This record gives sequence, structure tokens and C-alpha cells, in this order.
Amino acid sequence: MVNGRVMDCFAGIDIGSTTAKAILVDGDSRIVGRSVQRSGYDFAAAADRVITEALESAGRKRSDIKRVVSTGYGRRNVEFADEQRTEILCHAKGVNFYFPEPVTVVDIGGQDNKVIHLGADGERLGFTMNRKCAAGTGAFIEEIAYRLDLPLEKLNEMAENAAGEVKIGSFCTVFSCTEILGMARRGVPVDDIIKGVFRSVVKRVAEMDALDGKVVMTGGVVDHNPIVARMLRELLEHEVEVPPDPQAIGALGAALIAREL
Amino acid sequence: MAEIKKLETARLMKKVMADHFYEIDAACKSGEPKVAWCTSVGPAELLRAMGFVVYFPENHAAILGASRAANDCIPAANAIGYSPEICSYLTADIGAYLKGFTPLSKIYDGIESIPKPDVLVYNTNQCRDVKDWFEWYGREWKVPCYGIESFVNVGEVTKDHVDSIAGQMKQLAKKITEATGNKLDEDKLKETVRLSRRCSDLWRDVLEMAANIPSPLTFFDGTIHMGPAVVMRGTQVAVDYYETLLKELQTWVDQGIAAVEGERHRIYWEGMPIWGKLRENAKLFLDLKTCVVASTYCNSWIFSAFDPDDPWNSMARAYTELFIVRDDDYKEDYYKRMLEIFKFDGIIFHDAKTCPNNSNCRYGLPQRFSKETGIPFITIDGDLNDLRCYSEEQAITKIEAFIEQLDG
Repeated sequence: MVNGRVMDCFAGIDIGSTTAKAILVDGDSRIVGRSVQRSGYDFAAAADRVITEALESAGRKRSDIKRVVSTGYGRRNVEFADEQRTEILCHAKGVNFYFPEPVTVVDIGGQDNKVIHLGADGERLGFTMNRKCAAGTGAFIEEIAYRLDLPLEKLNEMAENAAGEVKIGSFCTVFSCTEILGMARRGVPVDDIIKGVFRSVVKRVAEMDALDGKVVMTGGVVDHNPIVARMLRELLEHEVEVPPDPQAIGALGAALIAREL
Repeated sequence: MAEIKKLETARLMKKVMADHFYEIDAACKSGEPKVAWCTSVGPAELLRAMGFVVYFPENHAAILGASRAANDCIPAANAIGYSPEICSYLTADIGAYLKGFTPLSKIYDGIESIPKPDVLVYNTNQCRDVKDWFEWYGREWKVPCYGIESFVNVGEVTKDHVDSIAGQMKQLAKKITEATGNKLDEDKLKETVRLSRRCSDLWRDVLEMAANIPSPLTFFDGTIHMGPAVVMRGTQVAVDYYETLLKELQTWVDQGIAAVEGERHRIYWEGMPIWGKLRENAKLFLDLKTCVVASTYCNSWIFSAFDPDDPWNSMARAYTELFIVRDDDYKEDYYKRMLEIFKFDGIIFHDAKTCPNNSNCRYGLPQRFSKETGIPFITIDGDLNDLRCYSEEQAITKIEAFIEQLDG
């Protein structure tokens, strides 16, 4: 207790291929701390960094954490975790926190995409992950940005400002890059290219599975590029929602699981 | 962490397999009896009845995969024009030959190479790749190569199918005699078919031991113990082997011994094994307290149609009744029958990059089966031999998430 406040909290750590996320919730499932950083190559160190920053943001210390659940590709590298859960379960849990109803979750991550079908109580009815291919993932967007020497944080704005839009025909990231470099050589406006890149991401995701009912988008790509949610809405012709802090939804789910264990 | 339990009979299998390879090696070195190469689902019975010792390159390719030598060999075949997209049994096996390598030399003292055949005999009931594979060796060694051209997408197996395949086999026997001098012994054919049927029945009984709850057997055990059913079918050795194995499994069932301690979930595996990750995958499911109880793959060496009183037609029927030859309606119905027997909670489809005929998840079948039965499924991307096509981390996440889903 600090000034009459219960400091106990529960941590969810999501070590993704690109970013590491930590969320702290209190005993009433209120979010009290948060951190998002690059994962880098040392996942254990990334876990330490995000938990430290999340504790600082919450004004809490390590001993206040009652339980830790880790998730994501680096979940086994979080040495201080009490339990591990897959990102499928954690995303389901996080989304159900904001949308306690049947939904289809579309998560676009740094290296993989997930479609998760949830029932009314958040139970998982089925899921699909992308095939062994980066097309449609954050890695695809990063590769294009790198090839065109564009800052990632500018891409959404560029696409929003585009007067036109190119159509990218290739499935493969490498072939898409070749296609895009050809467009650049022909003088196609770069904004139009970026808008086409986002459209391509949305199409790849929509091919993964049937996106029925209410769709909720999560992950870093939609967090940094809200245009992606709008494009999916246009494609599906029905509502697509984005929860608060969509990049950290897996970490939130992990924290909520930690609280319930 | 739990350890994989081993059946005692596994020791006997090492001897059975060693005897098999030494027998072929001796025949190859002495020139007698003659050696035939054969695809794994036939017509081995015919070749045995013609006095050949029979070698199965698919078995060799699986050993390349399981010993993780395949990825060192595949590029050599790719480099001479055999695409990374085609059967990685073919590319691993031909690549190994091009590199002058065989894992048999490492396992069995005195065996220097794979056996050069006197004749190569394939059956396209599995795929066209086996034909290309055998024809490559035919050209390389200037050895005759013959085969049976099978039907695909078969619904009901009809008399027309049977007549065609039986007719092709009779023609095949004539061609083999002309090329090698080996003649068919009709009595031996009946005896071989009788022994194959007995082997097949025992193998089915072995696999159906996994219907017990808890199961004494996993799919991963099955991929090892199926060796004699593949390479020794039609001999007394295989029959004796499965009688011994069946007895041991019955003892396990009687004593309540589970292959997976604390079995919580039961899974059906559809598609090829990932040979280079057999042990890791066995361990993954063991730690998840989940038993992969049955598979189409291991069932593929059950040939219930064999009838010694009608060897030609029954062989033709057995080779055409095979799951891989059948249409999707048959396959969906087959899964339902397996569900009745093995009472599984979920099904895993392995989408093997280089084996489309054994990847039954590309035309909506999982979705139809799941909708009909309520049994959930996942698809994992991988390959039988080419580990470049397999993302282990992603597969582990999918499998773990699937088990979490089954946990509710």
C-alpha cells in the first residue's frame, strides 16, 4: 500500500519478432503501466527493458508484480515469467476485454498475421496464421520502406495524401519490391505506391480466412497505419473496429490471464 | 519433462531392417537373386513372386529425411533441373546419389552404396513424381523401368478400375520377364498376397490399439514401426514382427500404460510426417499431454482387399482403394470413420510444400469436415524432407495455440 493505494499488479509481456510490449494491470483489470520497444536480437534483455519501463510508468516496483505471463515468439526468453501462453490466446483475451461479443480478430504483426474467431465469451472457435511468407505482414511494409528509403512513420500520411493508387500484382515480397522499383523508375508518385502497398497488405489478410461478423484489428501495423483498418472496412463492406492501443493487445491479454491465474 | 516411451519390439525392428538391407546388398554384390526397385505401395507382391529381392527408394528417402541429411542432398538434384517445388523424396534421393552418399553406409557396416537394380517398377497411384524418380535412375544406369499408370480422384472402385490395373500388372509381369528372365510363380504370388494380407491385418490391429484411452501408441511411434509393413510386406518376417508388436501393445493396454502420460487430448494427423523433426514433434505433443493417436499416413499400408484366392484382381483393388487415390468425398467420409474409431478432439493437416498429393488441405476439405463434425483443425506448413519449407517456431505456436483452444 502506498498512500492507501494497493500497488499489486499483474504483468503481460509480449515479445514479438519486431517489438516487445509490456502491460501492467491492477487487481481490477485496470491498465496501470505500459511499454513498447524494439525487440532487437536479445529477447531476454528486451523483456527486462519493457518491464522496467512499464513499472516506471505505473510508479511501481518489481516486488509489486504478483504474476507474469509471457507471450509472443520470444515468450520462452522471458526468464521472470511465471507462465507462458501463445499469442493466439493472449490476443483473444485482450480483444474480448474490449469487445465481449463474437468477433473475428485480425492481427497484423511484424512477421506474422493471425485471424482468430471468438465466440460470445471470448472462447476461441478457430484460428489461422499466415503461411510461411512475409507478404501482408509488417515485414513486407518495412522492406518496401527500406527499399524506397522512406521513414516508416511517414507511410500512413503519404498513403492518405495519395491522389491515385497503384495495384501490386505479386504475392511475394521480393517480387513486389521489384514491381515497385519498376514503378518508381517510371516516375509513379511515391504516395500512390505506398497506398497500393497498404491495399496489398489488406488483400493478403482478407485471403487468409473468412472474415465474418464484426472484425477487430490489432497489431503494430494498424496502430501506426490507421488507413489499413479503413481499407479493410471498404473491402469487407462491414464494420471494422480497432481497440485502444492495438499494438499491445497481446500483452494486455497476457496481463489479464496473469491476473486470473 | 516427460520422456518418450519405447516399445521393446523396437529392438527387433532394428534387426528386421538390418536383415532387409543386408539381404539386398548381398544380392546386389553376388548378382543373385536379382534386385527390383519398387514404389512403397506396390506392386511389391508381384516382384517377390517373380523372385526378386525388393528395395524401396521411398524408405531410403525417408531415412535421408529422418537423419537430416536430406537438405545436404536436395540442392544437388535442384542443380540438375529437378525443382525445389517437386517431391523432396525424389530430390533428396537423387541428390544423395549424385553426391555419392547414402546413410545406409553409416548405419550398416559393409554397405557402401544403394543397390543397383535389375529392374525399376513404379506405380503412379501415389503421384507422378515416383515415375520421374525411377526413370531418372533408369537412364542413369540403363536399367529397364516399367510401371502401372493408376487412376486419380477415384470415388467408388469399380470393376473397370480393377480390370485396368490387373491388366496392366499382367503386362508388366511379361515385360519384366522379357527384360530380366525372372518368371512369375503363380503359387508364390498367392502365398505372397496371403502374407501381405496377414501383415496388413496385423498392422491395422496395431494401429487400432491407439483407439484405447489412453493410447499405448502415437503417430510418431507408428512412423517408425511401419518399416516392416513397407519393406517386408509379403514375407513371414513382417507377419512375425507385427504379432510380437501387437502382443506388447496389448500388454501395455492391459496394464494401462499410456504412450503419453496424462493424455488430455487426442489428435489425428493428416499428411506426411516431417521426418527431420519427428523426435521434436513427438516431444512437443508429449509435453502438451496430447497424443497424436492416428494418421492417414500410417494407415496407408493397410490393404484389406488382398485375397490370395484372387491375387491379380485383389492387388489391383488394394492399390486403387488407397486413400491417396480417392476423391474428396471418400476422404471426408474416411475421416469420419477414423473419428468413430479413434475419438480424436482435433485434426492437424500438414501442408507439405513438395507433396501436393499428400496435402489434403488445399481444396477446402478441412473446413468441410470441421463444419460437418464440429472437430476443429489447424494447418501447419512444412515438408516431408525439405526443412527449408518448415518454420518450426510458427508450427510450435500453432500447435500450442491449438491445444490451448482444445483446453477451452
